[in-house]
Formats: sequence, C-alpha cells, structure tokens
Amino acid sequence: MLWEIDIHPQNSHPDREGQRVASQAHEMGIAQSLEVRSARGFLIESGSLDAACVQKLATNLFADVVVEQFVCGAVGSKQLLQSPGPPNGSGATLMQVLLKPGVMDPVAQSAETAVDDFGVAVDVVRTVRKYWIKGADDNQLQAIGSRLLANDAIEQVVTGPLPFDRLQLGSAYTLDLNTVALDSLDDEGLMHLSRTGQLYLQLAEMQTIQAHFAKLSRPPTDIELETIAQTWSEHCSHKTLAGRIAYQDEHGARHFDNMLKETIFAATETLRERWGDDDWCVSVFRDNAGIVRFDDQHNLAFKVETHNHPSALEPYGGANTGIGGVVRDTIGTGMGAKPICNTDVFCFAPPDTPSASLQGGVLDPKQVMRGVVSGVRDYGNRMGIPTVNGAVYFDPRYLGNPLVYCGNAGLIPRDKSFKAAEPGDLIVSVGGRTGRDGIHGATFSSAELTSESESVSGGAVQIGNAIEEKKVLDVLMEIRDQGLFNGITDCGAGGFSSAVGEMGEDIGAEVWLERAPVKYAGLSYTEIWISEAQERMVLSVPEDAWEEVRQLCANQDVEATVIGKFKPTGRLILKYTDQVVCDLSMQLLHEGRPPVIREAVYQAAPKQALDAPVRPDYTADLCSVLSCYNVASKQWIIRQYDHEVQGGSVLKPLVGAAMDGPGDAAILRPVLSSRRGVVIACGMNPRYGDYDTYAMAASAIDEAVRNCVAVGADPSRIAILDNFCWGDCEQSETLGSLVRAALACHDMSLVLETPFISGKDSLNNEFSYFDSSGLKQTIAIPPSLLISAMGQIEDVRTAVTMDLKSANNHLYLVGQTQDELGGSHFSLVSGLEGGSVPTVDAALARQTFAAVHQAVRNGLITSCHDLSEGGLAVAAAEMAFSGNVGAHIDLSMIPVDGEALGVAARLFSESNTRFLCEVSASHATQFEQTMSSIPCNRVGETVGQPHLRIVPKKEQAPVIDEQLDKLKKCWQQPLQW
Amino acid sequence: MSKPRILILRAPGTNCDAETAYAFQCAGGLPEVVHLNRWLESPQLAANFQILCIPGGFSYGDDVAAGRIFANKIRHHLSDVMREFCDAGKLVLGICNGFQVLIKSGILDTDDGQGPTASLTWNDSGCYVARWVHLRKTNDKCVFLAGIEDAFLPIAHAEGKFVTRDAESFAQLESAEQLVLRYCPQPENGCRIAEPYNPNGAVGDVAGMCDKTGRVLGLMPHPERFIDPTQHPQWTRMPERPAGGGLHVFRNGVRYFS
Repeated sequence: MLWEIDIHPQNSHPDREGQRVASQAHEMGIAQSLEVRSARGFLIESGSLDAACVQKLATNLFADVVVEQFVCGAVGSKQLLQSPGPPNGSGATLMQVLLKPGVMDPVAQSAETAVDDFGVAVDVVRTVRKYWIKGADDNQLQAIGSRLLANDAIEQVVTGPLPFDRLQLGSAYTLDLNTVALDSLDDEGLMHLSRTGQLYLQLAEMQTIQAHFAKLSRPPTDIELETIAQTWSEHCSHKTLAGRIAYQDEHGARHFDNMLKETIFAATETLRERWGDDDWCVSVFRDNAGIVRFDDQHNLAFKVETHNHPSALEPYGGANTGIGGVVRDTIGTGMGAKPICNTDVFCFAPPDTPSASLQGGVLDPKQVMRGVVSGVRDYGNRMGIPTVNGAVYFDPRYLGNPLVYCGNAGLIPRDKSFKAAEPGDLIVSVGGRTGRDGIHGATFSSAELTSESESVSGGAVQIGNAIEEKKVLDVLMEIRDQGLFNGITDCGAGGFSSAVGEMGEDIGAEVWLERAPVKYAGLSYTEIWISEAQERMVLSVPEDAWEEVRQLCANQDVEATVIGKFKPTGRLILKYTDQVVCDLSMQLLHEGRPPVIREAVYQAAPKQALDAPVRPDYTADLCSVLSCYNVASKQWIIRQYDHEVQGGSVLKPLVGAAMDGPGDAAILRPVLSSRRGVVIACGMNPRYGDYDTYAMAASAIDEAVRNCVAVGADPSRIAILDNFCWGDCEQSETLGSLVRAALACHDMSLVLETPFISGKDSLNNEFSYFDSSGLKQTIAIPPSLLISAMGQIEDVRTAVTMDLKSANNHLYLVGQTQDELGGSHFSLVSGLEGGSVPTVDAALARQTFAAVHQAVRNGLITSCHDLSEGGLAVAAAEMAFSGNVGAHIDLSMIPVDGEALGVAARLFSESNTRFLCEVSASHATQFEQTMSSIPCNRVGETVGQPHLRIVPKKEQAPVIDEQLDKLKKCWQQPLQW
Repeated sequence: MSKPRILILRAPGTNCDAETAYAFQCAGGLPEVVHLNRWLESPQLAANFQILCIPGGFSYGDDVAAGRIFANKIRHHLSDVMREFCDAGKLVLGICNGFQVLIKSGILDTDDGQGPTASLTWNDSGCYVARWVHLRKTNDKCVFLAGIEDAFLPIAHAEGKFVTRDAESFAQLESAEQLVLRYCPQPENGCRIAEPYNPNGAVGDVAGMCDKTGRVLGLMPHPERFIDPTQHPQWTRMPERPAGGGLHVFRNGVRYFS
C-alpha cells in the first residue's frame, strides 16, 4: 500500500517555500499576485504499515511538531488534496513535483534508514513537493511549473492528484547481447551512428573502429563501442589539446605532436630539472590531481574541474555533482588525499538579462546562478570541506553555456603519494550504488549544447548525495592508513569504464558486471558499465586484504563489493553472468585512437585606439565600476558557504572592520598543531581574451600569483593549475587562440618559476538554437582560462589582509602603471572599445613578487591589496571601506612607464603586477629599501576622515572624492539578494 | 587526577569531529572519536568516558530535519545509557548539529506530557549562513560557561532558529534558567557586525541552552572554531593577539573533572 505524509508549516509560522515561489513568479514577470502554499511530502510504500503507524511516523520522525503540522493517509485520500491553510477550497490548483524515476533522492534514502529505527518494514520511500496555487491561469501555471517549481531534466510536475498508487521499482533484467553492424556503413552511416548513439566520435575514429572489427571478422557489441567512445572522448582523453596541431601565428608556423606536453608540461619539467634536489613538485600531470611538497610529513594535492554542460541543464545538480566529482579526484589521488578546502569559480550571463530576450529554451541566468550557488553550498557544506575562495564573472556569451569550475585541495601523507594496481588484485567498488543516472556524461560534455540537449541527454544530469561521499571518505582514510589497498581512483566521467580502464591500463582487467550493486533492477550490462552514478570509488585490493576492507566498510554503513580482478592479460574483458560481452585490447583503447592533425591559426585583432573621456571628476565612474557585477561584492554567495569547518581558517574570504571586505586570497592551516599555511587564490580575465589570449593568460597567471603574494605566500612555493574553457576547437581560429594562451602559460611559468601541476580543459562550450525565423544561431563563450593558485606560508602569523588599519600611515603603490585600459572594467562601464590590453613583464613580476614577499615576511606591511579589476581607484576604495579608514592619494606620484599618462588611465588602468600597500611611518625607510630595485612610490596616506580623495597633483582639485559608506554601498548593492 | 576522557560521537555526515577533538586536547582532555555504530553495538562503552560530545556537521545529511535521525537513534536505542551517563554527574556537550540532536532527543529536558516544547528550525532567511556573532551568558547555571560573560564565535547553520511551542513553554525554560546563551548586539569595543545580531530569528535570541542540571549544554555557535588567535576574523587588525575565546568552553568541561 502507498501512504503519504505531508508536512506543512503550522498556520502561525511562515511558509517560506510558498513565499519564494510567489515572489520569484513576480520577479520573473510570470504572475503579479499569487497565493502559494507549499508542503513537503513523503510517499511510503509498505505492505505492513497501518494508519496508526503512519501517524506515529509523522509525529515522531517526519514533522517537527513544535513548528509544523502534518496530513497523512493513503495516496488518493481526499485530505491529501486540500491544504490545511490558505489558499484552499476552490480556485487553488494543486501542483505536485516528483523526481523522475532513477534520479537520486538522498532525503528518501535517509528516510528509509530512519524508518528502520521504528521497527517498521517499508519497501521504498520517495519525496514529493506540493504547491497549492491561487491567482494564476493555465498558461501561468504551466510557466510556474516549468520555470520555477521543477526542472524538466530531473523532475516532473503533476497537476491534481497523483496518477499512481504504487511506486515503480523496476523489473528484472535478462541478458540480451547486442551487436552493432559496422561493415555495411559508409562514412555518412558511421557519422549518423556516432551522433544517434551519443558516441560523439569523429569520422576518422569511427573508421578506425570499423577497420579494427573488420580485421577481427566480427561486429562490436554495443558495450565495446561505448567503451571505446568513453575512452576516446574529449572529456577523458583530451585528444584535441594533447593531440597534433599545426599552429600558425605572427612568428610563423609551428607543429605540435602533443600541444599540452610541449608547452605547459614542458615548462614544469624544465623547472624541475633546474631545481634538482630542491624540486618540490611530487607528482604532476599524471594522477587525478597534482601533488607538491608541504611539510616533513605531508604533501598537498590540488585539482580544479569543470562541470559546465550539466550545470547548463540543471544548475543545482550540475554544480552539486561538480563539487562531488572534484572531491573524489582528491580522494582518488595517490593512495587517497584528505580534502581540505574548495574553490569555486562561476561564469554566468548578467542576472538582469531580460526574460523576454531568452531564446532557445535557455534557463534564466538568475535561476542558473541561484541553482549553481545552492548546489555547491549543499555538497561542500555537507562534506565538511570549507569553501574558501572563488570568483564570479559575467558576460552575455555565457547565457546558454554557463561555466562552473569546482576545485579542491587535499592533504596527503608523503609516503602515500603514489599508487599502482598489482596483477591479481581484486577490483572493488566502494560507495554509492549504480543506477541509470549519468549515462553518457563523458561523451555529452564533449558535444556542443543545443536547445534539444535537455531531452537527448537528460540522463547525463544528476543529483549528488554528499553524505554517501562523506561516509566513503571517512572509511577510505582509515583503510588507507592501514595499507589495505594498492590503488584507488574515482568513478567520474565514464563510470566504471574509465576507472577500471585507467587502473588496469598496464595490466588488463576482467569485470563481472552483474555483481555491481544496483539501485534498482533492470539495468543492462552496458548501463552498469558506463553509468556515472555518483559517490563511487574503485579500489585495487590484494585478495588477502579484502575481508578486512569489507568489514571496515560495513562497520560504517558503506557498501563495498568485488566486481572483478586485474588479470595480466593486456585485455579488458567484461562478463555478465559468465557470458563475455566485451573483449578489447588495452592497447586499442589507450593507444589505438587515430592521430588527427588540427589546424590552429592565430591572427591578432586589429589595433584600435581608445580615447578615454577626460573629465574633471571620476567619482561617478568609480561608483559604476564598483557596481559592475564582476567587481561587486559576492557576500550573498560567500555567506552561504561554510568557510571555517575543519578549524584551520586563518584568512577568511571576507575581511576587515565589518568582516565584509574582499580578501585577496584565503589561508588555512590543514595541520592544526602547525603554523604552516596553505594559500588559495585564482586569476581570470575573460574580457582580455577578446584582445589577445596571450595577454589574457599571462594576466590570469600574474593575478593568481599576486593574490597569493598579497596575503603573504612565498612566491617560490606557488603551484598553479590551468582550466581552459573554450568554444568549438574544430575551428582553427578558436583553437589558435587557445594554443596562444598555452604558449603564454609556458613562458610565464618558466620565468616566474611557478609550475603548473595539473589542469583540465572543456571544449565545445557553445550554445545553438533556432531563432524566430528558423535560422541556426550559435553563441560561443569567450576564451575563458582560469588559473588557480595554491601557495604556502611558513608561519601564518605573518599574513596580512587588504583592509586599511589606521590613519596616518603611508600608502605605497608597487609596480608600474601603463596605458592599459583595453578590456578594462572602466571601458566596460563606459562602453569603450579598443586600447591596449594589460601585458606582463614576467622578469620584473618575479622580482616584484620576491620584494613584496620579503616586506610582508619582515612585518613591514600593514595591509596590502592587489590591483586588478578597476585598477588603482577600485583597490584604494576597497581597502578604505573595508578598513573604515580614509585615504588620500596623489596620482602624480604613481610609478608610470615613461610618457604622460591620462588621469583615467592612472585611476582605472588594469596593468599587472601592482600592489597598494599601507606602511606605518616607522617602517617606511626599511620598506623603501626593500623595494629599491622595483618601481615603487609613496602615493598618499591614510586619514582619519572616512572618505577617499584622489587628486591628479598636489594642491589640485580632487578627481575622486567620496564618503566610504557611499562607495561601499555601490559595491555591495548589486548582488545583495 | 588523571585527564578526563571525552567521547566524541560521530555519525554519517558528522564533520567537525577532528577539530572538536583537537579543542578538547588543547584543553587538557583525552578525546576519542567513536562512530555511533560502535556505541549502538556496545551501549556500555560510554561508561569509560566523563564527557560526551556530539560535534557539528550534517548527521544523516540533515535529511528529514537537522539532527532528527540521529536523535531518533538515541531515543530508540540509547536513552537508558544516556540517562545513566547524565545521572552519574557526567557532562554532555552538543555543538551545532550536536545541539540539534540533543534538543530533538529530549536530553535537554524540553519534553512535557504533550511532547516537545522546544526545537531548532529553519533560519528566518530560509538559508544557510556562516558568520560570527556576539553572545552573552544569562546566568551561572551551566558548567561549560563558567567564568564566561560574553563571547564572539562563528555560527554556520541553516536550521538554527530556536523556537518553543508557545510563550508559556519559553517562560518555563527561562525561569528554569535553561536558556543560558543569547545572541546580543555588539558590545562596546566589540567587533562591528553589519548584519543583524540575531542571525536566524531565534526566539528570545537563544543561541544555546542547558538541561535542568546545567551539565548538558547545546549551542549553535562553534567554540572549536576559535581555539587559535588566527581564527579570529579580525586578528590582522589587532595589535594584541586575541585569545582563542572558544577554548574556555572545553577547558571548563575538562576542569570540572580535575
């Protein structure tokens, strides 16, 4: 029998979910004055429950009777259709939202466990959300359902009573082996199969597969094709950037056999050789995350991933599983690292994009932003990992294709930093069960998004279950410390297929698919193999350790199952109930992909002069830049993230006199008994890419490093990661702009001696739709390179923050200001085009970082802020209002490059490698000595009055003069949701 | 006298166990982190400890309601040993999720004949929030708060709003001196907070409460997150390093047995 328990707020308590729906419907222009009542429902299927028992469960488990009331009964009962408070009676429409079958429902899973404690047997629990809505017509209801209540990718809306009286549990599966005939297909047929089968392989690859099986004189099975497609997918093999590229730019032609290896990896290798015995890199570009040395006992792992395409379709689930995925990368690094912090960077279309202008079924950017932020929040917070750093960038081109970068750092004992599965080891699956969720995620993320993606790839979208992953983490750390396994990796894109394929690459593996625990019956052998169901890890366990592993997992309610064995055959053999369904050589999978040479061309954008407006007063311009979404306070997001869990927080994301100023980088102590700290920061400038991706990449690296240095990190111990998110790289200009960025990474890394230790790319970030006249329109994202930095600080007590501390201190500007308003935020808010984009003098940057670090370490700097978006004016304003200490600055004193520089450029140029430092009078001489060989000048002082006053020259009228509270308001208001 | 032993109880989803154990260690105690399943297997293991602490986190995902599933496990399987533990004059501390567990399992003496009279529910904002708050102690009943008049500590929760069934229930808990810890406006010379001083809309600004004996304390703020001076959100603005204010709570617990 199917019972239902609905939980309502007591009539004297607010119905927040109902209020949310009403206010967002208003905000989105769907309906002006709705009455909405909401309830959370639990559907419980059980043969043994009676009404009294249901009543007891409602009182003692599901409802908090201090503030809530409940309604219960058998599904179909009348009382379940009426709301116990307004709006009720006629005119209120009941809409019920259910997760689609097969979508993860963590609350229902926990509820099943909880009901056990009452000694009651239930078959299955599912959740439902109910809304009684009054004041909307059918069209409005439809819009509310599809845009506010439910996301069609994972949920369904039922209007009126539920149309079922039992929950589907799936039916048993009997083996039905499918083969795919390839020999009769011509090129067109092969490509048709590639698309419709969601393999997303290219023609040359399909031809190679065709030839391979022709030689074997047999057709491939469906699972063999899927396995090859997963392994060869862009997502898993990075075939474009790690492939052959013929590149052409203003310096001539250059050929790469493996572009990444010859640029970014090569720089790291050169540095490691240069350092010799002092090499502090441990494991780079080989494991799930890069590893560097930390202290005598520990190393640090660092990785940033993207989860763009799933987040475009289902922002909450996409971001949620994005964090879950990158955390598993850390857990699956070496013999398992312990996650210590998250960093998250998002790119969205502006939240004020008018709803009416949204085409091709894209989600409202504000909804995307809310969903992504909640997805990260709910996973990161539940995992107990502090989210300490991040950034958000806005550009209209992220409309149908937002970017979600999720990063994680981990701590790992030095002797656990490497792994290798041994022949004869058991293949053990640990954690969540396998379901139909996440099918085709790897190949899907390598394809362009279209307005049909939602229906084609719905299975690629998932919801995570953070608590499952937390349990897995807890138990794996214990098993690791007892040395009970030889290898570990996560099930990410490609599921078992890539996890087992990677671990067994040099050995061979045999997998018994029917043994994998499944969430429900009916999964085919292929679905089990390629499902990307979350929260699963794969271990390679020696046979004699298995019993102990099993017991430890069982003790903590974690499921562990032997699903196969690493057999030294060099082959990947998959069986389902003893029948071989796949027999492929590891060699074909990992080396059989045909080389493709891609063309890449870079042509410099034509230079265009920028005429900055000359005005007597730039205060209004400063307010506009502070209010611009990229610059504005992200407090609304930050406050939703737990940034102090694990107890090692040293510098929090928000700092200053009222704890609301924008810190440059976060610092934490991963070892609570030690003073040594980890510094996390990032750099990104998608706007510069429209001018020159070399300058963009160099600027992002400079920004990430200077953010670390600004808080006190040692510049000789900063490791960085690259994350390239680009458009369609089959187009030579798009690929050319990426190669150019990679060349900048190589050059900067070598000179700064800042190694790249890992990276990831996500290509094909484009969104296509058909406009009203039936024409295909494509929006490509701007080139988006995120540089994430992980620095170290010997003693966290030497750290500094960016908020001004007190009046009567000196202000120094370190670094040279140039006429670089191209791509700046001043240009953005003024609607200006052209100009020169900021470049980096890498050698000078290295010297500057070293000098600033020395000054910080010697305690000479009271506060320090890097100059980035909005230049000097924004940095000065942020320092002043964060510290609630005023500042006077004289623009004629700033170090400039030769010729006369206009006031606008002095205020707002975004030239790299600059810091604004507050130094007490007693430290001034020593500070100036420390800075003697780099551009640095005293430009002003801190003052008692709470205002920012900037003059072009001593005795002249100010060009900026404003009260600090006013400036702060400009900065805080835009994203204060 | 030997150091008191502290049972740090963790369940699936508990995530502040390590730093809470570290805080007790800094305070001079002997903490041991134990999985709830082990206690369920051998209920008598608690007899070897002087303090029981349920740390913060998301036990069982906060699914259904924060702390509810954990609390029901105690109600159904451990209520006798829990009662024995308290009656033996030992101490119990619940932090954040631990407070949610304590209040929902009835250990804080909040049940009457008609069921629970107090609970912790969703913040007024409807949203998780992480920030620092000012706190004031209202009376001297609670062992853990001895010698503390006010405090500055971080909170990080979504369901931290203290509520009672009605005004009468509140009055009863108040007159029994159980509502020991309150959110308060910025004291003179205290750190400036731009946001409202009460972070979740708690009735009577209640941030923490104890049982009738004063030996069981539940609180939403995280004292284990302020053990070292560099955990203070404004330590870089302070000429003198601030003391780790949260450490007092753990020291009080440990000292009670020495």
